[in-house]
Parts: sequence; structure tokens; C-alpha cells
Amino acid sequence: MPDIEKKETGAKELRIVGFLCNWCSYGGADTAGVARFKQPTDLRIVRLPCSGRVDPLFVVKALLSGADGVLVSGCHPRDCHYSEGNFYARRRLEALKRFLPFIGIDDKRFHYTWVSASEGQKWQQTVTDFTRQIHELGPRLAKEEIVVER
Amino acid sequence: MRVGVFICHCGNNIAGTVDVARVAEETRKLPGVAYATDYMYTCSEPGQDEIKQAIVREGLNRVVVAACSPRMHELTFRRTVEKAGLNRYFFEMANIREHISWVGEGKEANTQKAIEAVRMAVAKAIRNRPLVSSSFKVNKKVLVIGAGVAGMQAALDCADGGLETIVVERSPSIAGMMARLDKTFPTIDCSICILGPKMVDVAQHERIRLHAYSEIEDVKGYVGNYQVKIRKKPTYVDWKKCTGCGACMEKCPTKNAYDRFNYGVAPTRAINIPFPQAIPKKATIDPEFCRKFTKGKCGVCAKVCPTGAINYEMTDEFVTEEVGAIIVATGYGLLDQAKLPEYGGGRYPDVISGIQYERLLNASGPTAGHIQRPSDGAEPKAVVFVSCAGSRDKSIGVPYCSNFCCMYIAKQAILTSDHIPGSQSYVFYTDIRATGKGYDEFTRRAQEDYGVHYIRGRVSRIYPKGNKMMVKGADTLLGAQVEIEADLVVLATAAVAAPGARELAEKLHISYDTNGFYVESHPKLRPVETNTAGVYLAGAAQGPKDIPASVAQGSAAAAKALSLLSKDMIESDPAISKVNTRACTGCLKCLSTCPFQAIKEETLRDGKRVASVIETVCAGCGVCTATCPCGAIQLEHFTDNQLLAEVNAICRI
Repeated sequence: MPDIEKKETGAKELRIVGFLCNWCSYGGADTAGVARFKQPTDLRIVRLPCSGRVDPLFVVKALLSGADGVLVSGCHPRDCHYSEGNFYARRRLEALKRFLPFIGIDDKRFHYTWVSASEGQKWQQTVTDFTRQIHELGPRLAKEEIVVER
Repeated sequence: MRVGVFICHCGNNIAGTVDVARVAEETRKLPGVAYATDYMYTCSEPGQDEIKQAIVREGLNRVVVAACSPRMHELTFRRTVEKAGLNRYFFEMANIREHISWVGEGKEANTQKAIEAVRMAVAKAIRNRPLVSSSFKVNKKVLVIGAGVAGMQAALDCADGGLETIVVERSPSIAGMMARLDKTFPTIDCSICILGPKMVDVAQHERIRLHAYSEIEDVKGYVGNYQVKIRKKPTYVDWKKCTGCGACMEKCPTKNAYDRFNYGVAPTRAINIPFPQAIPKKATIDPEFCRKFTKGKCGVCAKVCPTGAINYEMTDEFVTEEVGAIIVATGYGLLDQAKLPEYGGGRYPDVISGIQYERLLNASGPTAGHIQRPSDGAEPKAVVFVSCAGSRDKSIGVPYCSNFCCMYIAKQAILTSDHIPGSQSYVFYTDIRATGKGYDEFTRRAQEDYGVHYIRGRVSRIYPKGNKMMVKGADTLLGAQVEIEADLVVLATAAVAAPGARELAEKLHISYDTNGFYVESHPKLRPVETNTAGVYLAGAAQGPKDIPASVAQGSAAAAKALSLLSKDMIESDPAISKVNTRACTGCLKCLSTCPFQAIKEETLRDGKRVASVIETVCAGCGVCTATCPCGAIQLEHFTDNQLLAEVNAICRI
């Protein structure tokens, strides 16, 4: 079991939004839950039918409205419940990842990955690693000092 | 808007690490929330009644339940709200068990996370729209892929239940692994004697159609209406003419073809009928060995065939079957001995696998049931069985237990002593796993009545010494190294996913685990269903299992298919894409990205060209919605507004 950082008293929880496909990664997160694989609590999960449903603008909007990190997870390539939705996701999200620095967002704040419904342990690892990464970067608005028009 | 929120304790599962009363209290402050309460077991009958009563009493028009995963109980609660008169899509679920109470870091953090999860669900519920299912006709036919014992059982049950059943089998004959076994544990029944009649039933059933030596090429469609393209591989023998007389097999000059049925225990002819009870009992040419294909000349079989059935020009033939449900019973494969270099990696002829030993024991096998070691044909006096040859070994990628080896080793050891009086069998074991009915008694009989020597420990190395095989291992109960001089070594090689299992899963859109076995919908409550509606699992394709378990699953999968196809019409999921024709510019980017060809071009009455969704074909993935540059095509129940409302519920604070 990977060691989970115990947050020091007073360390503020950061805001991480996860977009998960229903068939694989949401199930993988459920599997992790059933197996009681402990995870940091920063992540909030939005359930979608497919990672191909993720509009890259969702990620940008989340980051601009106050999220410190965004995680997208779908079925492994070639194992998409809808045959090829995650191929679209992979293209779009890779392009997005390279585009983020141009709008002043550290691309380390965004991560996409593939976790199947049986990979509870991989989900635990993914959440733990990404949360640690976001904590290393710190809160987004304070660090990158971007004023967002609302 | 009047949202009612029900926070479930799930006994102590949620309430133990989440302050549910506080979640309810915080939820009451949300705009739009008219009612919020916590309840011990929301999914119980009184729990569901409480929801129904609250809908009427409080005049609720949206319902949120914060409990377990929606993959568990979303459907349960949708039905509940529907019974109280609400549209079922006015229901939302917040997963505060699997994603929060079971994994979080402490009550305070969990409670905060649960409050936000509920806030997200409320935000979405407020924007939910009523959706109504339409219904469509189902095709009352079922396809069974794989005709081992599980597949045959499923096919027979479906056909007996009145369904037209199509069976596709990859090898030239049905029967699968069970036909290769000599006896079955723990009763020592003759395997083919109990399987044979079942095979005949499959062949003769008026509602079963068999495609042997065929594979699945392509699967299209959706529950109730699948179109399956089947590739009938060339046998080079016209099966309509072949009578199974065996004259070709007798005269074939190629005597060194690999015998797939016997796992290479002895060579076979290039044209052969795999075993005497084969169904269909027809000959097949193996082009890998046939001289006509390798050298370009021969043609003996064509000359001797009394019916002129041989056709060297045969090619793939494709047939398309339309079915309503699919049962996948593709079985398992065996670990390649090459992955076990410390046991010789397949180099030593006298180190064989369990299934090969079965063929040596079998009266219809190549040795007619006389145990002869492959190297010199001598009768072995000392036989060593190595269990967990690969199984439970992370280092070679088989971390799981292969389920049936302990039992078949005990059986083979008993049979060895029956076949060769005065012989001694040794079994190296990790743990004796004999959990079935009468299984433990059976392994005890092997030890107590047949004097099989059980040694607890693993084998480190097998090497030849003269004409013997030396087996070196540990006896962990004595704490000593042991070395046994064996005439024959039998490895219980691990059961692995069937070759091609992953490719088939991708065609069927079902998922597989890291080991290549198919994943069931729920490990406890939906053991034979997959996450793809209308596709069911049976037998070892889902994980290694013995004959009784495979037969039980075959029947279970058939029952599921029968209950699905007992209706004339089934309801469609209305959470599909919808085009706003006023916003659509007719660019048709959605048409080119749709994985299901569910979008067509349409011309409106005013001449405007727009995209249009074919309702029965759309599977609801939402790729089009993310593609559309102007937000004109929206996936119902997962629209941009609904999803962004969830994001805003947690980010704008």
C-alpha cells in the first residue's frame, strides 16, 4: 500500500475536480472504496458516461473558477465501453495539456489517465500521487496570481 | 424548485466516518432544498417508503440520495421516485460511501467532502429534465460464444426455454476442455461419458444452430438487436459432404502435425478429426502441416475421400446473425511452460502439464490410457506433481489461484496408483484448496487410502539426471530441502485467459481485468452480467473455475438471457444526444466522430441542413457533445449546463 501523506494539522485541503467515466474509472474508484484503499480527501468526482464526453473547456472552466487541479480518467485505450470515446479524449486532452501554459496555467495542474474498473489499487495510487503533486504546487490563484473575470 | 435530500447512514458504513446529521443540516441551507434528512438504511423498504411519503408530504420535485455508488442503487431509487409520481430522471445520487466514508482520512474531512458531494448532486438535480424512455422490439435469439461445458449448458437452457440459439465455437469440435479430461473429481466419473450426451443434445436440438471452427469477426448493435458477423474459417473439407469416415486421416502421409486436442502429447495427421466423439464429426485440414499447402503437392486425401469433400481452395466465409443477447463462454488457456525456466521451460519431454497427463490417462488418448512417459515410453514408477506451476506467483504475472489444480492433482495421483500398482506419487503443494462439496474428503483419500506423499513447499528446480528427472524443493513443514528422483513430472500449469480473450472483449465492449479475465457487473450480486446490456458471462472466461461452477454459471447466464428476451419490447435509455436545430450549423463534425454512426444529416422544412440523432442507435457516450463547436448537440442527463453546475457547486465558493 502506498504511504498516504497525513496532512499536517492546519494544512488546507485543496480543490481537485475529477471527471470520471462511468464504466471504468468511476468503477475503479468504487473498487478502491470497497477495498478500503485510503485516499486523500481533496478530490471531488463528477461522473460522466465516457471520457470522450469531457469537453476540454470543462477543465479550463474548473481551473478558472477556483479548482487547484483537474484529473480526468477513463477506460484504457482499446477498452472503451463506447469503442473509441477515449481515443477522442486522449487527443483532446493531450492538446489541452500543451495549451494550458499559454493561458498561464501550470500544466502540472491537469492530469489525464486510464484506470479500469478492476484497478482499485491503481486508483488509490493515482489520487494519492496527483493530490501530492497539487499540494506541492499549492493553491492556484495565490501562486499564479491570475485575476479571473467573473 | 423543491429538492429533497436523503442522507443514508448505511448502518455504520457511512455514519461511522461521516457526520450525517451535519451533512443534512448543511444541506438544508442550500437554495432549492426544501427537505433534508438522514436515515439508517435508505435502500430498505421503510427507507424507500420514507422517500415516497416525503415527495407527497413536502411536495418535492427533485430527489437526491447521498449513499452508496450510483452503480449500486441508482436504478433502485429511480424506481422509487417514479412510484411516487416523479420522472425517474429527477433523481440524483451522491456517492458518499465508496468515494468518501470508506476511503477518507478522518471524520471532519469526510463530512466536509460529503457536504460538497451533496451540493454537487443538488446542483445537478435542479437542472435535470424529465426524460421518457421509448421502447423497441427485441430479437428473440441468443448467441453463445464458446461451446465448452459452460457454453453448452447455456445454449441448451436457452433453447429449452424456447429461444433460437446460435453457438459459435472456435475449434473444429464442441466440448472444450472437459472433453480432454479423463475422469472428474471428486466422483471419478468418466468425463466424456457425462459430457457426450450433452454434446449430442446440442447437435440435435431443433433450436440450436452450430457454427464450429468459426470466430466472431465483428459485433454491432445494442441490447436486443445485435448484429454479429461470424467468420467461418476454411476447413478445406466440405462438411456437407464429409461423413466422418476417417479414410483421409488414415491415408494422410503427414504424420507429424501438432495435435491441438491432445496438447501435443502425440503427433496427429495433417487432416484429422480431433477425437472420436467430436461434434460435428468432420475432418479438418491443418494448413500449417498439410503438404498440399506447405509443399504444393500431395492431394492424397482428395483421392481417397469417398464423397469428394476435399476442397483446397476453400476460403473464409462470413455469415451475419442477428441476436438479442450474447453469452460469452470462451473458457481459459494454460500458461506456456516456457515461462517456467526453472522447471525446464518445456525442454524436458518428461516434464509435462496436467492437461497432457490427462490425455495419457485417457482411454481414448494417444496411448489408449497406458501411462507412458514421453521420452522412452516406459511406465513411470515415481511421479511428481507440482502444484502452483505459475499460479500465485506475481513474478510471472499470475497472482491468483487457478482454482481447480489442487483437486485435479489429487485425482491424477489417485488414478496413477490405479493405473500403475506399486507406483509412488508425490505432490508439492502450497496450500491444499479443497473447498467444494466432498472435495476435502477426496484429497484426504488420496493421502490416506492411496498413499500419495504430500509435501508442503515449492519446487525450486527440475533437472535431468540419467533417464530420471530430479525434483528439488523445500519441505516447509520439516524445514528441510528435499530431492526426489522422478520418472515423470506433472506441472499444474496456471489457468490463464483464453488466447484472444482481450480482442473479443474489445469487439463486445465488455471489460477485462489485468489478467485478461472478463469482469462481471457486480462481484456479488451480478456475477454473470457484464456492464454491456445484453452480454452475459459463463464459465472460466470470467475466472478459473471447475466444472460444477461453470455449469451453474452457464445456466445462470441462460436464465438472464431468457428473462431479457421474455419481453417483446424493452425500454431504451433516454439519456441520449439531442440536437437543438436552431443552434446547429450543420457542420456535421458530430457525424464524423460518432462511434456508432448514430447521427445522420437531415434537411429541415425551411431547407436548413442539420444533424439528427438516430434514437435507437445512440448509445449515449457524449463524444458528439464534446465535439460540437456551438453546443447544439447535447447529451441528455449530462448536458454542459448540468455538468458545469456540478463544477460550479464546488469551485465557486
